[in-house]
Amino acid sequence: MSELWEVFVRSRRGLAHQHVGSLHAPDARMALRNARDVYTRREEGVSIWVVPARAITASSPDEKDAFFDPAGDKPYRHPTFYDVPDGVPHL
Amino acid sequence: MTGGAEYTLRLGDDALVLAQRLSEWSARAPDLEEDLALTNIALDLLGQARALLSRAAELEGAGRDEDDLAYLRGEREFRNALIVEQPNGDFARTIARQLLFSSYQLGLYDRLCDSTDDVLAGVAAKAVKEVAYHRDHATEWTLRLGDGTEESHRRMQDAVDWTWPLAAELFEHDALAEQLVREEIAVDARELRPAWEHYVGGVLAEATLERPDTAYAPSGGRRGEHSEALGHMLAVMQSVHRSHPGATW
Repeated sequence: MSELWEVFVRSRRGLAHQHVGSLHAPDARMALRNARDVYTRREEGVSIWVVPARAITASSPDEKDAFFDPAGDKPYRHPTFYDVPDGVPHL
Repeated sequence: MTGGAEYTLRLGDDALVLAQRLSEWSARAPDLEEDLALTNIALDLLGQARALLSRAAELEGAGRDEDDLAYLRGEREFRNALIVEQPNGDFARTIARQLLFSSYQLGLYDRLCDSTDDVLAGVAAKAVKEVAYHRDHATEWTLRLGDGTEESHRRMQDAVDWTWPLAAELFEHDALAEQLVREEIAVDARELRPAWEHYVGGVLAEATLERPDTAYAPSGGRRGEHSEALGHMLAVMQSVHRSHPGATW
């Protein structure tokens, strides 16, 4: 009856929702309320998303090499080779 | 004790006793999520109780404080309604009690926001958001248990039938309250009943539950005439303070 839900909380307006954990609930409305009670007791958030855990497609640990290793030797993808001109704030 | 102190004590004792009852679910609720939900509600009520008992003690002016009122009064001195002192029963009964009480308390606090007693108005203004959630929580569970399985429906209906008569006392009005209503401190509880009936009736109908039809309406809590359950509960609640007077963390 109870299924597993993943909980995402946005801590402040303008920030993205962050995954904070999971919980059990019979349906979406109760999942939202449980998330409020379990994960926002200390003013952690202003918005909550709940997603059925079964709706999430995860990358497989078996595919880790093919998925992630090729990025390891491509430092040119990091924006660290640009000189930032003086007087450019907030970059 | 003055009328204002007595009235404030009624409100504070309702919150305190129900907080204690709900906290008995701690580590015993059906699941971890519900454990937190019920104890969150208990803590909200305890916060209200502290503010209200402090105010009652202040109005009384006899040098007592919130702890004296919570831990050093006997059961005949408690002024809570009978509904809040009843044992938790099964989960359905706890939910039925919460639905009936929170629906009443929400209407009450909503009106008390305009009280000429600044402290009462302040407590009510803060608590009204908390209680809106308590009612919502109880509503959601009533819908799911009532319109759930055959067993959950039967147990939820039993719980509503059992709890319903106890709600009548919440809407009693007496000379003490009348005096305070004239001073615009208190609320005439009888006026809260139509909106309460409308809300609770709507939830029960949606939950496929029958609204009990009974004239039975036990009473006496406001005069200190309680059911057997309160003494046992207070013995637990007060034991540490009575064994170690003045102890602090």
